[in-house]
Amino acid sequence: MVSAPDNSPPPSVGLFVTCLIDLFRPNVGFAAVKLLEKADCKVEVPRAQTCCGQPAYNNGDQHTTADIARQVIAAFESFDYVVAASGSCIGMIKEHYPRVLKDDPSWLDRAQRLAGRCHELTAFLVDVMQLQEVESSFAATATYHDSCSGLRELGIKQQPRALLSKVGGVTLKEMEDSEVCCGFGGTFCIKYPKISERMVSDKTANIVASEAECILGGDMGCLLNIAGRLKREGSPIKVYHVAEVLAGMANQSAIGDGKS
Amino acid sequence: MQGSTTEFKRQAEAALHDATLQRAMAKAKGGFVDKRRLAVARLPEFAQIRAEAKAIKEHTLAHLDYYLEQFERKVLESGGRVHWARTADEACAAVLAIIGAASKQVLKGKSMVSEEIGLNAAMERAGHTVVETDLGEYIIQLAHEPPSHIIAPAVHKTRDQITDLFQAEHEKYGLTERVTETEDIVNEARQVLRTKFLSADVGITGANFLIAETGSTVIVTNEGNGDLTQILPRTHIVTASIEKVIPSLDDMTVLLRLLARSATGQEMSSYNTLSTGPRRADDLDGPEEFHVVIVDNGRSDMLGNEFHDMLRCIRCGACLNHCPVYGAIGGHAYGWVYPGPMGSVLTPLMIGLENARDLPNACTLNGRCGEVCPMSIPLPDMLRTLRFKEHERKLSKARARGALKAWGLLARRPRLYQVVTALMTAVLGSIGGRAGRFRSLPLASGWTQARDLPAPQGATFQRMWRRRR
Ligand code: SF4
Repeated sequence: MVSAPDNSPPPSVGLFVTCLIDLFRPNVGFAAVKLLEKADCKVEVPRAQTCCGQPAYNNGDQHTTADIARQVIAAFESFDYVVAASGSCIGMIKEHYPRVLKDDPSWLDRAQRLAGRCHELTAFLVDVMQLQEVESSFAATATYHDSCSGLRELGIKQQPRALLSKVGGVTLKEMEDSEVCCGFGGTFCIKYPKISERMVSDKTANIVASEAECILGGDMGCLLNIAGRLKREGSPIKVYHVAEVLAGMANQSAIGDGKS
Repeated sequence: MQGSTTEFKRQAEAALHDATLQRAMAKAKGGFVDKRRLAVARLPEFAQIRAEAKAIKEHTLAHLDYYLEQFERKVLESGGRVHWARTADEACAAVLAIIGAASKQVLKGKSMVSEEIGLNAAMERAGHTVVETDLGEYIIQLAHEPPSHIIAPAVHKTRDQITDLFQAEHEKYGLTERVTETEDIVNEARQVLRTKFLSADVGITGANFLIAETGSTVIVTNEGNGDLTQILPRTHIVTASIEKVIPSLDDMTVLLRLLARSATGQEMSSYNTLSTGPRRADDLDGPEEFHVVIVDNGRSDMLGNEFHDMLRCIRCGACLNHCPVYGAIGGHAYGWVYPGPMGSVLTPLMIGLENARDLPNACTLNGRCGEVCPMSIPLPDMLRTLRFKEHERKLSKARARGALKAWGLLARRPRLYQVVTALMTAVLGSIGGRAGRFRSLPLASGWTQARDLPAPQGATFQRMWRRRR
């Protein structure tokens, strides 16, 4: 429940879908919408969005990145808030768009104004909407992977855990090195597959050692990487985005699992 | 057997398959990380000291000429000499000129700058005998290898390897017993080195700091061999780079508090030793000659440019210890003197980006290095900046640039993007939906050689959303 401070209209939220949720796991997008609506937000999904631009940015193409940044800013600046179920994409919009547009004063100004209103989903629910209750249950032991950008650029650590603690039936079992990178790194994992393989194997070893039945996280990149590796290893451990569990929508096949 | 920066990928893969190296790395990793964490936790004002340290270095860099000149003046006043070297070659030449023509016994303390300028090779070519006195450096010198870590040069070696090495190399001193315990290994090295200390002509050390107000050079060690290296021989030569200078002893105490904690998790390193000039009339020991060779080697170009922050680096090694890539492949794979995150920034700047194209890319930008760096150096940002430069100079692979360009065209046209992605996910979803994943997929071998690719759920979110509303 949200402690509505007054009877001002519900905040408008533009959902930044993220390319990986759009392509691989729409369920996470719908889970985000459900959670936001429960928190009394008016959610819209602007059509003029594709990706936050990290593939270009982290591969050195500033020009394309700046174009994409302008596209995102234009599509989202009319909302009270921009929310995404990804720390990585929000980190990009919030921390990096102003840098990418630093030589373009009017766009820099727009980027900075948007930056203050961008939030990763769990941080938005806890820190901004002060969500107290989560109407969901999920009977499983789970461990949580702290994705790097969310953790280090946005300080997301307690928020998803606070929300999970309110989900009926979940027991959280922390793994070793939950804050160490899973080896995804965007195009890193295909440019340096052997190094990435080693890093993700270290991660899955820690997941297995935690004896949790499922692994949750807040970023699709990491989750696809981790799920892909767990499945390659023949592990039965289930992989879900934390939003799916919080919204009571983890009833579909887990990431990388077939239809049962 | 120095590797090559252009062979990064091959070297990294070899390292991943090297079981001995992997054992050594696994053993070292946790130790550094845990010890640092505890040391930082015990110091509530760590963040404040960190801010102070940054301010000290920034102040110094803003007035670098002033402090270097002050340092030189103070060295002269205390009876020493300062030699300026713009390049690695000039630095080696300066050291060789000080040593003189006759072949000498040279002792060396640990110094990364001397690795950077290739000093050992230059001295050996000139006919001098060089003995490393830092235990780690001594070990890798015996093994004819470069250091793999900036503070723990032999971290890639297991104890068994060291035992074998000592047995093979120390026989000539009559030490035939096989030493397997750490303490015995250290003692045996000490025994061998002691004879060298007493007969050496020249001692060369690096410097963690140069103190402008006193003209002192400072070394920070845990073995004390560095102290003997600079005290016993007749001539002491310090090799140090320009950014090592700091204004005062007070500033040094601030930086020392960060250095040891970040490096090894100690409150203070065992030996923090200052050298000020040659031996004075009433000194009991010390060298007769004291020289400081101050090396630029590209650093002054970094002043004020986008890599300026890197000049704050105090070579603590924390970024290496916390880097999951370094942890997986070790230091040699990077192919040059400085490995890990700080090396991936410095190496391209020193030997040319075109010669080290992989280094800025072989990083997930996970940010752990920047998080632990005591000098608040934004390492991931600088690695990304190097990627910008690679892109501008078209140094990246043509195929990768092509793919990026195609993706960029699509990503800037949302309508078209949504049509294309809807088709793609529908196809992939229908092929892979039942299994939930692909074991292999054309064009995705980079991904699928290490892991399955989870299948898309079927339709894109955008498509489903438009249908629902
Ligand atoms: S970059 Fe920072 S963490 Fe790395 S060695 Fe230098 S001071 Fe230490």
